[in-house]
Amino acid sequence: MSKRIVIHEEHCIGCRLCEVHCLVQHSSSKDIIKAYGGEHSHLMPRLTVEEDGPLSFALQCRQCEEPSCVEACVSGAMHRDPLTGMIMCDEERCVGCWMCIMVCPAGAIQQNLLGTKIASKCDLCYGAELPACVAHCPNEALTFDDVAEKGAGS
Amino acid sequence: MALSLATASFVIERDPARCIACQVCVRQCANDVHFYDADDDTVRAHDQSCVGCHRCVTLCPTQALSVRLNPLEYRPHANWGPDILRNIYKQAETGGMLLTGMGDDQPQRIYWDHMVLNASQVTNPSIDPVREPMELKTYLGAKPERLEIDDHGDGLTLRTELTPQLELDIPIMFSAMSYGSISFNACESLARAATEAGTYYNTGEGGLHPALYQYGERTIAQVASGRFGVHLDYLNAAAALEIKIGQGAKPGIGGHLPGEKVTLDISRTRMIPQGTDALSPAPHHDIYSIEDLRQLIYAIKEATHYTKPVSVKVAAVHNIAPIASGIVRAGADIVAIDGLRGGTGAAPTMVRNNVGIPIELAIAAVDARLRSEGIRHRASLVAAGSMRCSADVVKAIALGADAVYIATSALVAMGCHLCQHCYTGKCNWGIATQDPYLTKRLNPNIGAQRLANLLRAWSLEIKEMMGGMGVNSIESLRGNRDHLRGLGLNQVELDALGIKAAGM
Amino acid sequence: MRAVIVGNSATAVGAIEALRAVNQSAKVLVVSEESHLIYSRPLLSHYLGGEIDQVRLAYRPSDFYTRHEVTPILETRATGIDTAGRRLLTQDGNSIAYDKLLIATGGTPILPPMPGIDTQGVFSFTRRSDVESILTYLEAHGGKEAVVVGGGMIGIKATDALIKRGIRVTMIELAPRILGVALDSTASRLMTRLLEEAGVRVLTGNTVTEIHSRDGRVHSVTLREGGTIRCDLMILGIGVRPNTELVEDSDIRVNRGIVVDEYMRTSAPDVYAAGDVAEAYDLVVDMNRTVAIWPNAYRQGAIAGAHMVGIETPDAGGVAMNAIEVHGVPAISVGNSNLEDEPGHEFLTDLDERNHRYKRLVLKDNRLVGVTLVGHINRAGIYTGLIRHKIDVGASRSALMSEQFGLLSLPDRYRKHVVTGEGIEV
Ligand SMILES: Cc1cc2nc3c(=O)[nH]c(=O)nc-3n(C[C@H](O)[C@H](O)[C@H](O)COP(=O)(O)OP(=O)(O)OC[C@H]3O[C@@H](n4cnc5c(N)ncnc54)[C@H](O)[C@@H]3O)c2cc1C
Ligand code: SF4
Ligand code: SF4
Repeated sequence: MSKRIVIHEEHCIGCRLCEVHCLVQHSSSKDIIKAYGGEHSHLMPRLTVEEDGPLSFALQCRQCEEPSCVEACVSGAMHRDPLTGMIMCDEERCVGCWMCIMVCPAGAIQQNLLGTKIASKCDLCYGAELPACVAHCPNEALTFDDVAEKGAGS
Repeated sequence: MALSLATASFVIERDPARCIACQVCVRQCANDVHFYDADDDTVRAHDQSCVGCHRCVTLCPTQALSVRLNPLEYRPHANWGPDILRNIYKQAETGGMLLTGMGDDQPQRIYWDHMVLNASQVTNPSIDPVREPMELKTYLGAKPERLEIDDHGDGLTLRTELTPQLELDIPIMFSAMSYGSISFNACESLARAATEAGTYYNTGEGGLHPALYQYGERTIAQVASGRFGVHLDYLNAAAALEIKIGQGAKPGIGGHLPGEKVTLDISRTRMIPQGTDALSPAPHHDIYSIEDLRQLIYAIKEATHYTKPVSVKVAAVHNIAPIASGIVRAGADIVAIDGLRGGTGAAPTMVRNNVGIPIELAIAAVDARLRSEGIRHRASLVAAGSMRCSADVVKAIALGADAVYIATSALVAMGCHLCQHCYTGKCNWGIATQDPYLTKRLNPNIGAQRLANLLRAWSLEIKEMMGGMGVNSIESLRGNRDHLRGLGLNQVELDALGIKAAGM
Repeated sequence: MRAVIVGNSATAVGAIEALRAVNQSAKVLVVSEESHLIYSRPLLSHYLGGEIDQVRLAYRPSDFYTRHEVTPILETRATGIDTAGRRLLTQDGNSIAYDKLLIATGGTPILPPMPGIDTQGVFSFTRRSDVESILTYLEAHGGKEAVVVGGGMIGIKATDALIKRGIRVTMIELAPRILGVALDSTASRLMTRLLEEAGVRVLTGNTVTEIHSRDGRVHSVTLREGGTIRCDLMILGIGVRPNTELVEDSDIRVNRGIVVDEYMRTSAPDVYAAGDVAEAYDLVVDMNRTVAIWPNAYRQGAIAGAHMVGIETPDAGGVAMNAIEVHGVPAISVGNSNLEDEPGHEFLTDLDERNHRYKRLVLKDNRLVGVTLVGHINRAGIYTGLIRHKIDVGASRSALMSEQFGLLSLPDRYRKHVVTGEGIEV
């Protein structure tokens, strides 16, 4: 058992507040006005809301049991954090070769080209008690639950 | 097209220093008020379409938004107020009836606010509900004339056969709101909250969705003039049945669910073709007398083998006391009365605001009449039509109700902001809508939790007030008008309510 | 239990991590002829290009060996295997006993027979030592112009690195187009143009027949189709072949690479092979073949490593794929992406030549078997997943090509499988 972000597409209302708060959480000030002001230029949300008609959901890294991204990463940046067991991208090491983007079955990694090229991916708001998207989802369309190991990479 | 004379009801204020142009408001407004202008990366608004539901204000992550009444003022006129003018402009433009949603919004007297409760001081002790048991349990249904008990040495058994009862842990039920007028998620929230709180919710006249049969034990199923979704399984799935004659918001008027709201799911549940208007006739076409009503009551009792109480719901109108008496004599186990301020999904504004009487007066009249006829025990009395807080509930019970129905309060608990635009089907809170974009906004997990919280909070307050009065069981409060005093009421009103004036 | 791994790269790391995930007691030894601790071969071009330093070249943190309790035996070349006696023979005449042996010797660069190939300034480009030699050479002698032989993956990467160093490159490819193994002719044309925009001269259908030196160092090359080209430096990036030398004298079955089963077992008991040296299952072409890519090496290594300690996870198969970048424009190809006019296949394409954007899907029997993306590559992995899981995409065909392509474009049950793990792989 470990904690995962569980997506409830039936409850997602496509408001994209998750994206907003993800960006804020990863800004240096963690202040929404500042994050969207000056800092905005190099920040992007680490999750995407997919939308097709009324159906929508916010997608972030699925924390695969057998993560294709780690397998494919040639720099060693994509790794399983020994402390938390979470799949993380060490942005200091990432060279932006996009091998991970090529293999992530969920399409959960994006190019961040705003600063130095890095693979942008959910880090579960490392260190925070609750990932920001979960904490700020107004409709509990994202929950942070204990789930039995499973994931896209199976 | 000629110029519309209608001016905006609200104006949107957006603090540019706070707006981050995240467009949450744009995505959330079903009335298309907010829009994003990519040219200058700003979000702006068409104030004209704002209904004041506060969805945007609530979701805006930077609190950049405020919605104000349009400060535009008409030349003051005690008779020709702005609402009157706006209505006339609108009707002159459309040639149609004025429609509205929710209950009467006119400043008629709210008697709850002119009644005060008693408390024990010195001569009789008050009770601390935290330390001592406090009974809110309520049974709805006909009570026997008298109880016959067998005493066989080692214990007592009840010989009298009781008629079926509804057992409520708290004397508050969720009032009828049909699947169609409200969303499935709202229905599910009500059903789950009723189950959790040990009370009942009411299907309204829209039938019962198959997915909600699992809450049957906590369901009161309605049989209304349109007979939508009524079949044997439906009757048997519920804990009680309710024949709907009238509704406080629109006494004497039928219902009309427009075809756009009759989605596939709703058409199946109501057993009508998809996309057709669901029209409930004003009267039941098989009920033109108390005798006819009796036939339907007994038809339902037969169909359900006398295992379920049958309720009859009427709107509070002028002759409510004899009407209620007739209903009791027709065999109803419960009489539900809905007052002037009762809510609705859609009603002609004139009817909503001008037809019927306030529930407070109706309870008093009916309770007194049934007592005087010696038939009060033959049916329970459920009062509806704007119970806004636990004090209203306590007052209703003290006036003579056995329990209350709440609808508007329940909707508010789920997020309703009383914008009164239910009839447009664009409820931004996902409650009074069938639009799949909007219905998702009410997560039934959250809805059920909020409703259950509300009931819990009210039950705590009710116990507190009862304790203050020195009453430890809701039974002892029922019809005990000595606990009420009128404030600022004239003698006629006091008499109608059957209470003394404060100070007396 | 004593596990010995020959080779110290992706395959070895895959094996070590999988083995240690379930077993702490086995003794693990890694034998490598290279002197470096584990580094990333694909990053060599970034290293050459000056984008990263030596520290970042490391594929795992420096405490990798201690943390995983692995004994590295470096600068030691394995020369043979005594499969009967279960011993690995090394060049110093010693031998190392094993209970389980993993051959992870990777590939060796193909060096075409070319007069003058030993000239100073001619390099291959597969090892860290190659890059370090190039850097030392450049530092000593400078260099403005280079010839890169080979327009495949390695050639392109070397070229991109040289451009970043400000060196003018002439790329010489024998085949009619560059990147022919991975890309169709349109994508190949796009990449050629990008190279040209970056100042590279791309010569196809041509090769070097002779290397000329001056002062002992490379000075120019003669082309098969006539003419000579000046250069201060030459890199051979024709490709690699499986490095099967180690098993040549043993009874282990070798085809092109070492033949392995779904657990990476070779024909000899307790001997495994994985990575570039092995001929493992490719699920797109539905046969065993060598596919020299990093993800396959890691995964196959993990399967072998786990199997050594009793965890039997059969390999579902690999997929050929690559991600490259030329002149800042990324390109991804997965599966049978280079097929053209192949009967029984369907091709969906969308080309925006001016903006260097290209998307091409290859379908067979309603299943995706190949993908090429140039320019816009976000969400490429979803296609890879579709290929890997052989999902019937017949119903979502139009959505596959949409700009908004995402999980919502996929069959419901597969989407739910990916999103919540709950649906079913369909
Ligand atoms: C320049 C370059 C760029 C690349 N870029 C990419 C890329 O972007 N993406 C991608 O997917 N793949 C890329 N590849 C391919 C990728 O590097 C290989 O697939 C991967 O390295 C294979 O790993 P391996 O462990 O099987 O073998 P190798 O990495 O080849 O390692 C084999 C090791 O075994 C050692 N060895 C061999 N024989 C012996 C012996 N007899 N005794 C002792 N030691 C021995 C070798 O010295 C070597 O250290 C690239 C390759 C090169 C050369
Ligand atoms: S915040 Fe919640 S409801 Fe809004 S888009 Fe994100 S997941 Fe959906
Ligand atoms: S493959 Fe994608 S979803 Fe899976 S762990 Fe890596 S980033 Fe997350």
